[in-house]
Amino acid sequence: MKLLAFDTATDACTAALSLDGQVLERFERRSQHSEHLLTMIDALLAEAGLRIQQLDAIAFGRGPGSFTGLRIGAGVAQGLAFACDLPVLPVSSLAALAQGVDAGQVLAALDARMQQVYWGAYTRNAQGLVVPRLSEVVINPEAVTPPEGQGWIGVGSGWDAYGDMLASRSGSALARWLPDIVPQARHLATLAAAAFRDGLAVSADQAQPVYVRDDVAVKRRGPA
Amino acid sequence: MIVLGLETSCDDTGVAVFDTARGLRAHQLYSQSRMHAEYGGVVPELASRDHIRKLLPLVREVLADADIGFRDLQGVAYTTGPGLAGALLVGTAIGRSLAYAWGIPAVGVHHMEGHLLAPMLEPDPPAFPFLALLVSGGHTLLADVQGIGRYQILGESIDDAVGEAFDKTAKLLGLGYPGGPAIAQAAGHGTAGRFRFPRPMTDRPGLDFSFSGLKTAVLTAAQSRVLDAHTIGDIALAFQEAAVETLVIKCDRALQQTGHARLVVAGGVGANQLLRAQLRHLGAKLSVRVHYPRPEFCTDNGAMIAYAGAVRLQAGQFEALRFGARPRWSLTELTTL
Ligand SMILES: Nc1ncnc2c1ncn2[C@@H]1O[C@H](COP(=O)(O)OP(=O)(O)OP(=O)(O)O)[C@@H](O)[C@H]1O
Ligand SMILES: [Mg+2]
Repeated sequence: MKLLAFDTATDACTAALSLDGQVLERFERRSQHSEHLLTMIDALLAEAGLRIQQLDAIAFGRGPGSFTGLRIGAGVAQGLAFACDLPVLPVSSLAALAQGVDAGQVLAALDARMQQVYWGAYTRNAQGLVVPRLSEVVINPEAVTPPEGQGWIGVGSGWDAYGDMLASRSGSALARWLPDIVPQARHLATLAAAAFRDGLAVSADQAQPVYVRDDVAVKRRGPA
Repeated sequence: MIVLGLETSCDDTGVAVFDTARGLRAHQLYSQSRMHAEYGGVVPELASRDHIRKLLPLVREVLADADIGFRDLQGVAYTTGPGLAGALLVGTAIGRSLAYAWGIPAVGVHHMEGHLLAPMLEPDPPAFPFLALLVSGGHTLLADVQGIGRYQILGESIDDAVGEAFDKTAKLLGLGYPGGPAIAQAAGHGTAGRFRFPRPMTDRPGLDFSFSGLKTAVLTAAQSRVLDAHTIGDIALAFQEAAVETLVIKCDRALQQTGHARLVVAGGVGANQLLRAQLRHLGAKLSVRVHYPRPEFCTDNGAMIAYAGAVRLQAGQFEALRFGARPRWSLTELTTL
C-alpha cells in the first residue's frame, strides 16, 4: 500500500512515504513545523514520482503532545484527506515513539510542560507492533507507578526532562532509559498500515487530535 | 474565479465561496460564543479545539449549498492574522493543505482587510477612495483607503477597542458575552439623563480614541449602586450613547479632514443600530454616503475572507507551501494591488 505518514507532536517534524514496505523520509527539527511540513510532503511525493491522489491513506500523529503541533498535523491531514477523499489513520504519538525502540517493553513519556508528562507503557505483539498496556495519561512524574515485570526501556522527551524521577518511580522494573529519542514517521507508518488492514481508517473530519490533557480552562461560577 | 474562504481568527468558524463572476455563492458560520460564555470570555485553547472540529464539516456544507464540486474551485483564502495564534493556525493549516492537494493557489488574508472590504459584498459597493471606520472586538481605527492594500491609519485606540469596552461593560453589568448586542438590548429599556459618561479624547484635536476611561466611569457608577434592572438599563443606555457619540465625533472630523465622499463602517460594533442612525445623520449633514456590510457580515465571517482572497488571487498573489499565522499584523504592512 501507499501511505503518507507524519508526526508533529514534539519538536521533531517527521514525514515518511511508505510504498509497499519501501520507506522515504524527511526529518526537520528546527523552528516551526508549519514552515516545513507541506514542503517535506511535497518533496517526498516528488521523490517517489507520485501524485497525492495516488495514495491509499494518510496517517498522522494524533498526540498526545504539543497542542499546537497536534493541530498542525491534524489540520494538514484533514486538508489533504478531504481534498483527495482519502481515508485517515490517527496514530498515537506515544505509540509511534515506542514503536521506534528496539525493545519488547517500552515506557514512553513526552514532556507535557507544567511539570507533567504524557505517559504510556507498551509491549510488543507477534508481528513486532507495540500494544498499549495502559491508557495514555498526563501525570506528575512523581505519581508514576512502576509497571509489572522487568526489563522496561524508557524513551522520549519526558525522560529527557524528568529522567531521575521517572527512573526512581519505575524502580527495578526499568532496565535503562535512552536519551533524545523522538517519534518518527516511519514507525508511525508501520502502526498505521496495520490499523488500515484492521479497518480502523476514519474520514477526514474525524482526523482529530487526542490531547489527553483536557482540563485547560475553568468555568466561571454563577450565571454568565 | 471561484474561491473558498476560511475564517478562524477568534471564536467564529466561517466558511464561504465567492465567485468573481456571480458574487457570493454560499456561506456558513458557526459561533462558539455560547461555549466561551461559560468561561466569561474567549478561551484561546478551547477556540482552537473547536475550530479544528467544526471547519471541515462547514466546508462540506458550503460546497453543497453552492452546488460546487472540488474541480470548480480555483483558489483557497484563509485568515492569517491578526487574531489568536492557535485559532489562526487551524484555518491556515487546513486551507493551505486543501489548496496544495487540489493543486490550486492559496492566499493568506488580513482579517481587518476582510472586515474593511465586507461592504463590497453588498449590491451597491463603495468605490475607492473612502474613509473607513473599523470598530470591532480588537480594533478601533479610522483609515484613509485609497485602494486594495493602500491603507493609511488616521487614528486608532490607544487602549481598549470599542467592542472590548462594550464587552467589559456588559460583563460588569452581568449581561454576559458578547456584550455589544446585550448592551444595545438593555439600553432599549433604559431612561436617558440619569447617567452621563465622558466622551474620551473628543475635547482635543486628533483622531485617536481611548475607551478605558469610559469603562472606569461605568465601573464607578455601577459600584456605588444596586444593580437592579432599571439601573442596568440606564447605565447601558448612557454607555452606548457615550461610545457611539465618541465614534461619530471622530468620523465627522476625519471626513472633514480628508474630504472623502464615502464612509465605510465595518466590524462587529458596526451592527449597532444607534451608531448606524447617528452616522446616517452625519452622512446627511456632510453629503457623505455611508456604506455598511449587512449586519451578519459586520462580525467575523467567511464571506469577507473569500472576497478579499479572491481579489488578491486574481491579482496574481499566492502563498508558498508554508502556512504560519501572524497574530500581530498591521493593516499598513499589506502589499498593494
Ligand atoms: N449591536 C452591537 N453593538 C455594539 N457592539 C456590538 C454589536 N454587535 C457586536 N458587537 C461587538 O462587536 C465585537 C465583535 O466584532 P468582531 O467579530 O468584528 O470583532 P473580533 O473579530 O472579535 O475582533 P477583531 O476583528 O478586531 O479581531 C464584540 O466586541 C461585540 O460586543
Ligand atoms: Mg473580527
